[in-house]
Amino acid sequence: MKYVVAEASEIESGGRKIVTVAGRSIGVFNLDGEFFALRNRCPHQAGRLCEGKLWGVIRSERPGDFEYRPSREILCCLHVRTGQSWCAPERLRVRRYDVETVAGEELAEAADAEAAPADDPDAPAPGMVKGPYMAETYPVIREGKYLVVEIPA
Amino acid sequence: MIDADVHIPNPRIQDLMPLLPEHWVEHFNNTVDKGASQEYYPPRSPVAGRRGGLAELREAVFEQGGAELAISSCLYAVDSVHNPDVAAALATATNDWQSREWLEREPRLRGSIVAPIQLPAAAAEEIERCADRPGFVQVLIPVRTEHPLGSRLYHPLWKTIERSGLVAAVHFGGAPVMPPTPTGWPSFFLEEYTAMAQVFATQLTSMIVEGVFDACPDLRVVFLESGFTWIPAHLWRMDKEWRNLRRLVPWVRRPPSDYFREHVRVGIQPLDAPPDPAHLGEVVDQLGSEDLLLYASDYPHIHACDAGDLLLRLLPDGLGRKIRSENARSFYRLPEEEGG
Repeated sequence: MKYVVAEASEIESGGRKIVTVAGRSIGVFNLDGEFFALRNRCPHQAGRLCEGKLWGVIRSERPGDFEYRPSREILCCLHVRTGQSWCAPERLRVRRYDVETVAGEELAEAADAEAAPADDPDAPAPGMVKGPYMAETYPVIREGKYLVVEIPA
Repeated sequence: MIDADVHIPNPRIQDLMPLLPEHWVEHFNNTVDKGASQEYYPPRSPVAGRRGGLAELREAVFEQGGAELAISSCLYAVDSVHNPDVAAALATATNDWQSREWLEREPRLRGSIVAPIQLPAAAAEEIERCADRPGFVQVLIPVRTEHPLGSRLYHPLWKTIERSGLVAAVHFGGAPVMPPTPTGWPSFFLEEYTAMAQVFATQLTSMIVEGVFDACPDLRVVFLESGFTWIPAHLWRMDKEWRNLRRLVPWVRRPPSDYFREHVRVGIQPLDAPPDPAHLGEVVDQLGSEDLLLYASDYPHIHACDAGDLLLRLLPDGLGRKIRSENARSFYRLPEEEGG
């Protein structure tokens, strides 16, 4: 099932938004224009992972040598892009979800096709559930761009 | 069988006189300085301080003990000597004395280069001078040092040892410029001797975390008279903390326990046997490799029980064989037993 969770412009580069969809807390991250979503649950001790600090990547060839890439793609010790842990990759990994950026027009057309009232901006598109909170709505307008997270059934 | 830890007695200053430069001979003759005075065992102690010559060693280690080869070290404490030139001169003379009086006379005996570790550059020079001499297979490094062994101060020394193809033998002892416990000076030798396990643990952490094995990927280290029952728990702790804190030391790319198993071997003395000896097998299991332990008698020092007998009785034959000889043979690259 796909969920509309934010307007694309809401999360700036290096930023994040934590949403609840399908009963799950999920962090959506913008890494330099690319969007990634992770379950907000640390595989080590179940803490709120997605509220953690973001770090760049450090590699080293020898003691005292630091090769730093300021990409801010490491969350705690997990890779935001893959959800994979860098400390015990064979054992620890966090659930990641696909995020796509969908034009409002496309969402609206899908909604039209479902024969929803054309003038109801809150109508969900087929196969999509409007999210993330009941209190928070995503009026889909044709000019906008939206982040859509896919949660496997 | 290969005995990985036997001791040559400390030389007396008169033993070294024929090997010292003339001005140092005059110095030792005319002053109260009679060389390194630190002794780890009480003189004339019937169990710990037996002072035998080569004949006694041959009898105890090879004839009675059944060793085909034995790796010896001389615990002459040049690291306790504050005059840097005297420390270096004593180390040089001690190594020449070890060669002449022990190693050249007994081909089954291997030796350890004595070096002034408190002066890493001078130590490196002495190591290079002796590295190719027949008989020397390792460098003796007392476990108590002025700085942790992983410190960058020592990296050039580690590189010298790595390049020379020698093993670094970290052994109980060391000149006491620092307290032997992390919280200061104890009152009794019992405390000091027990705390030596923590000193070894600290040195192991330091060497791994500060990147000695990353800077020197071919370095081989042996811990002697360290005991080994503390090692599994210490490795678990180090691995755990590394996962969380490895960002500080990104050169440490593998869990610390991996470095330990690749680079370090451990003598079996002293054996901290649990009350139920069967539990000892579990500790050996927890070390995570059968290649790590080396049989060691610690001749002429007698520990409370015969570690070799107890341990080897408890372990399966294959593992016993590895501990008795194969582990040392492969780590030290020693020749196969004749006819064996």
